[in-house]
Amino acid sequence: MMGYLLRRLVAFALTLLGAAIVIFLVLEILPGDPAAVTLGLNAAPEALAALRAEMGLDQPALLRFFSWIGGLVTGDLGLSYTYRVPVAQLIGERMVVTLPLASMAILLASAIGIPLGALAAANHNRAGDAAVMVFAQAGLAIPNFWFGLLLVLVFAVGAGWLPAGGFPGWQAGFWPALRSLLLPAVALALPQAAILARVTRSAMLETMQEDYVRTARAKGVSRRRTMLRHVLRNALIPVVTVLGLQFSVLLAGAIIIENVFALPGLGRLVFQSIAQHDLIVVKDLVMLFSALVVFINFAIELLYGLIDPRLRQAS
Amino acid sequence: MSAVAPRSRPRRWWASPSFLVGLLLGGLVVAMALTSYVWTPYEPTQMAILKRLRPPSAEHWFGTDQFGRDVFSMIMVGARNSLAVGLGAVGIGLTIGSALGLIAAIRRDGWLDNLIMRMADFSHAFPAVLSAIMISAVWGPGMMNAVIAIAIFSLPYFARLARGAALQCWALDYVLAARAAGLTEMAITRQHVLPNIAGVLVVQATIQFALAILAEAGLSYLGLGTQPPAPSWGRMLNEAQTFMAAQPWLAIFPGAAIALSVLAFNLLGDGLRDAVDPRMRRSRD
Repeated sequence: MMGYLLRRLVAFALTLLGAAIVIFLVLEILPGDPAAVTLGLNAAPEALAALRAEMGLDQPALLRFFSWIGGLVTGDLGLSYTYRVPVAQLIGERMVVTLPLASMAILLASAIGIPLGALAAANHNRAGDAAVMVFAQAGLAIPNFWFGLLLVLVFAVGAGWLPAGGFPGWQAGFWPALRSLLLPAVALALPQAAILARVTRSAMLETMQEDYVRTARAKGVSRRRTMLRHVLRNALIPVVTVLGLQFSVLLAGAIIIENVFALPGLGRLVFQSIAQHDLIVVKDLVMLFSALVVFINFAIELLYGLIDPRLRQAS
Repeated sequence: MSAVAPRSRPRRWWASPSFLVGLLLGGLVVAMALTSYVWTPYEPTQMAILKRLRPPSAEHWFGTDQFGRDVFSMIMVGARNSLAVGLGAVGIGLTIGSALGLIAAIRRDGWLDNLIMRMADFSHAFPAVLSAIMISAVWGPGMMNAVIAIAIFSLPYFARLARGAALQCWALDYVLAARAAGLTEMAITRQHVLPNIAGVLVVQATIQFALAILAEAGLSYLGLGTQPPAPSWGRMLNEAQTFMAAQPWLAIFPGAAIALSVLAFNLLGDGLRDAVDPRMRRSRD
């Protein structure tokens, strides 16, 4: 187990390093002069020189790269050019929106997708199965930002039950804050729920062919109990993996959804930073997003190794 | 269904309902895009302030937007844009990704194989939106940059799929025979491996095409895709947001166009996959 852990850890660190190199190359080396990108075409030479010094552009690229990595490790992410506050502080402020939003979306997607998939598998080739598959196709085809707009039309503009956008902040109280995250979380959860329903269904259909399922039935275990205890439980392994792999899709979705609902989260921050050419923030945020994706995949692989001992030995 | 139906006759791909629905919807989108080159009800970029924000009518089937532009005409031209970005992104991803996968299969377990596959693993850390954000931050937003960002996203899927399928081919008897006959690795890849794996690559391309349309819509919605005045479904949704409380059609029609196109290519991909890989059918039917 230690060997497996160590190998995965090295792979994890190397992937992170690779991501950092790509991000640094694209955002610091390719533009030629990042200060000029930040300030635009008509910048005064003195302002350019001052920003170059602030960004450390007078230093060799390799040194800049390592000081950026050092900053990432110690939490010193530099100063946002537009907001004039430390990027770490900006990220901290925005994280309290994005993290609950993503968590709510994952919970909702699991709560909808897994039971629906199980229902479809249990009713294989019957009306219930067909209905779930239609839902899944629709969930995959409907863009989540459009679904978000439709939710606003129905539940905010039409019924007036929930806010159409914005975020009052957690200091306004738990319920008002949660209410403003509900519609975005549902919009974000829809495609995930569709994918989970499909994966759960096919994993369960696959598991239903296993000998131990037949044995359980032959021993007199009820169909319902067999489905829950033997089929669903074993089928959950690939479902958890897909849940992890879909995390990057969820993050990408959050960037768009936060813009639909004007939520002051990380997604909106990165988007605003592009509009304002704030390359320092863009660089740190893209790194944060890809680090999150890599970390979740790493955690899922570890979890997989724990669940299935064969995988530990295989790699 | 006849009781004496042959036992294991493979289902014809054209007979699968999902394939037929996909073909119908996809055909509609393609026809709309092609027709828009020669005819649209109105000039899609022409503004008519006096006719702004009109609801759907016989005159303007899908209504007009805040500048009085005909929404139906814009959707027709927007189809062109979505299909072009999809074709470009999937074309690049398919060509480069498959080539890398085939090379990795030839050099299996060597350093080149390892390098290519690690790069494919690693590019998962960058969803299309992140690549697009980086590219736009440096070169500014645009249709071409959206194509590149989506291509980067689809590339590893093709690389991994091509490698896996090619490795299976390399183990086949007739490929071994071709090797024994002295054919070079490149020649075997061209004559035997590629034709064999083309089916699965086409299936993947269809599914990636649907994803590309979805990604393009998302990027255009954020303003990182096709730039004005060229109509794009994603941006139409963005612009609709301000007016949709009173003019909901502005948000409904472009979104429905995206959803139907994505649905079309997903269904096509599913139908083709069932035909190419009958093993999938058992768990999917």
